[in-house]
Amino acid sequence: MRYSALQLLRQGLNGHRGWPRMWRNPEPRRSYDVVIIGGGGHGLAAAYYLASQHGITNVAVVEKGWIGGGNVGRNTTIIRSNYMLGPNIRFYEHSMKLWEGLEQELNFNVMVSQRGVLNLYHSDGQRDAFARRGNAMRLAGVDAELLDANEVRRLVPQLDFENARFPIQGGLLQPRGGTVRHDAVAWGYARAADALGVDVIQNCEVTGILTEGNRVVGVETSRGRIRAGKVGSAVAGNTTRIADMIGLALPIESHVLQAFVTEGIKPLINTVVTFGAGHFYMSQSDKGGLVFGGDLDGYNSYAQRGNLPAMEHVMAGGMAILPVLGRLRLLRHWGGIMDMTMDGSPVITRTRVDGFYLNGGWCYGGFKATPASGWCFAHTIANDREHPLCEAFSLERFRTGGLLDEKGVGPNPWIQ
Amino acid sequence: MHRIDCPWCGVRDEAEFQYGGDATVDPAPISTDADNAYRAVYLRCNPMGWHLEWWHHVSGCRRFVKVLRHTASHEIAATGYPGEELEVPQ
Repeated sequence: MRYSALQLLRQGLNGHRGWPRMWRNPEPRRSYDVVIIGGGGHGLAAAYYLASQHGITNVAVVEKGWIGGGNVGRNTTIIRSNYMLGPNIRFYEHSMKLWEGLEQELNFNVMVSQRGVLNLYHSDGQRDAFARRGNAMRLAGVDAELLDANEVRRLVPQLDFENARFPIQGGLLQPRGGTVRHDAVAWGYARAADALGVDVIQNCEVTGILTEGNRVVGVETSRGRIRAGKVGSAVAGNTTRIADMIGLALPIESHVLQAFVTEGIKPLINTVVTFGAGHFYMSQSDKGGLVFGGDLDGYNSYAQRGNLPAMEHVMAGGMAILPVLGRLRLLRHWGGIMDMTMDGSPVITRTRVDGFYLNGGWCYGGFKATPASGWCFAHTIANDREHPLCEAFSLERFRTGGLLDEKGVGPNPWIQ
Repeated sequence: MHRIDCPWCGVRDEAEFQYGGDATVDPAPISTDADNAYRAVYLRCNPMGWHLEWWHHVSGCRRFVKVLRHTASHEIAATGYPGEELEVPQ
């Protein structure tokens, strides 16, 4: 069913009893052309673009839990393309352009809100670094504006500009950045992929990868064996567990990252704000809750829940720029598992096993990448060759030295 | 909250420590073999289960503690001196 205002009116007059399921609930078939492991944003987007861009519709997405239950529903919903290194700028800007047309493309309201992303700076040195990054963005055709304190004050007057330790001197604004309703992204891609013939199979955990010689031929799952011509992995924090199944050692560690939301309040901030002297990022949801996050907990974990020291650290960052935060009650907090690569950038690539493709290592930055990640992964699987936009996201870069170290903190994922 | 039994200071809160990563990594041998360097610098154990790791007691005795911790339950089975062998529970 196509969603439209007319359809909404018609269903409304019917008491909203006529809406069909958004996607089928199929039993896994014995074989597919392509099996994607992981029904998160990236896996579903890859399946959708395989069907819509490459005409490959005999595809299954197998998900161990439910659609929207993993990192696609656990992030802080921010989208942006304010990177400095060339391959990152080009890739994330492609993602931004796909976000801008995504609702029409999927016929689904994912609530793309380009309310701006504002990175605050607190020193002369940081201003210079931000100016450099802004210039790199503008050279690549991405929007960036360097604001002084007065311009930031007009945009977000509630901030603590005169903070004794970290006074706010200004900010780097990407006006086209913003937020997207994250679980709607999963639902939208699942529905659109399903409509093109893709089987979205939930409660189906992959327990092994089947190979013959050096070629992948399928997956072993909790719901039986599924043969496949090609297999792609897009499993967020569990990438190394999948890679272990085919004996592939990866430069990746799994870490827990927490996110938080306060009780709902009247409109307070109308843009995404990040603290430059610590690690803290915040926006206000349409329900009114302040949604925010900060650093990783800082140790290897698969627990999907965090600990108190990291929580205190995040709150301290929030209090440093927005003291009014201290008057609010925290409503919920939760954790998601990040697969942290050793340089902080992702991997979309073929592997040394024929027919097995890898999409992972998204670190903190997976959500904003969802459309372009799916786009490039689908291209890589369909053509057995990396898309030009993801050629730099290879595994080889760790051997050759072609790292994409946007932060330059070395191979210590827990401080990225 | 992890509670880590430092062999020098006793049981202390996680907040006093800085994580130091995989304790099974050997320094790269001195050679021109790029693969050795790649393995030592970039490859880590990342199990869902028992993990041998370093914690630096940075707000305490400033020494490195070896810890055997479960990455899904966050349970700590054993801690010890850097040279100590820690037993994985059955």
